[in-house]
Amino acid sequence: MHLSTDEIILLQYGAIKLNATIATTWLLMILLVAGAKHVTRNLGNEVRITRWQSLLEIIVIGIRNQIGEVGLRQPEKYLGFVGTLFLFIATANLLTVFPVYEPPTGSLSTTTALALLVFVAVPFYAIRERGLPGYLKTFAEPTLIMLPFNIISELSHTLALAVRLFGNMMSGTMILAILLIVTPFIFPMLMNMLGLLTGMVQAYIFSVLATVFIAAASGTSDTINEDRG
Amino acid sequence: MDNTTLIAAASIITAGLTIGLGVLGPGMGQGRAVASALLALAQQPDASSTITRTLFVGLAMIESMAIYCFVVSMILLFANPFWNHVIAQVK
Repeated sequence: MHLSTDEIILLQYGAIKLNATIATTWLLMILLVAGAKHVTRNLGNEVRITRWQSLLEIIVIGIRNQIGEVGLRQPEKYLGFVGTLFLFIATANLLTVFPVYEPPTGSLSTTTALALLVFVAVPFYAIRERGLPGYLKTFAEPTLIMLPFNIISELSHTLALAVRLFGNMMSGTMILAILLIVTPFIFPMLMNMLGLLTGMVQAYIFSVLATVFIAAASGTSDTINEDRG
Repeated sequence: MDNTTLIAAASIITAGLTIGLGVLGPGMGQGRAVASALLALAQQPDASSTITRTLFVGLAMIESMAIYCFVVSMILLFANPFWNHVIAQVK
């Protein structure tokens, strides 16, 4: 029984360890890049397009519409970042259908890295949108007294993002491992299916929350300020 | 009762209490959230996409409280720092 895939060490060369998290992440990256390469190899704009291209269009347009619905005015600017986050987490979580695979998102180091990306991306997009003084001014809203609380909330968002994804994915594999001991026949399979659903929902929520934080900081939103928590 | 037994007993009991008490609040919160979302859906079926999206994000927010408790209890059970410390001293 292990808490995260960090503890499985595949190769060790002196002080440098290659654990299962890194290996799976690299495999995922190869899979995603090769898939994207394969799909975009021959794009066309005729009436009949290839199946892969229509899959790609469904995904990209879907993500763009979701970003737009959250309240950002020009979804294309954020499509690359949020879309990559969503695709990576969704692929990482969905591949749990394969027996020996353990999701890298079930390790706190991966989720912390993803949350840190969001932590950096929020000021990046906000400064690009409203300039450095405008961004710094959002910390002093509504009054200057709220300054420390705004900073704390910024940090706690990052922590919450990381722990939420980690907890959900870790609980999935953990419950599966416990169920295999208790009722090893059909029930683990049902929980695995539930785990697939949770994985998709968590991927969606992670990217939506990233969008919400970016939107709230860049001030291009109108409806989502009550979602900050 | 020596230190090892004390830490083991305290960890196990606290893990159970953590998940038990920690799930109470989020459970009631999620129930209320879903109830009001269903009410809103019944009154305004047109706004279903917005309501559903906000509901999911809100549920994730509420659920993360329970997930924190789960993580704490898992750490207490499987990666307990106090336990590791005591075991390292015994060896």
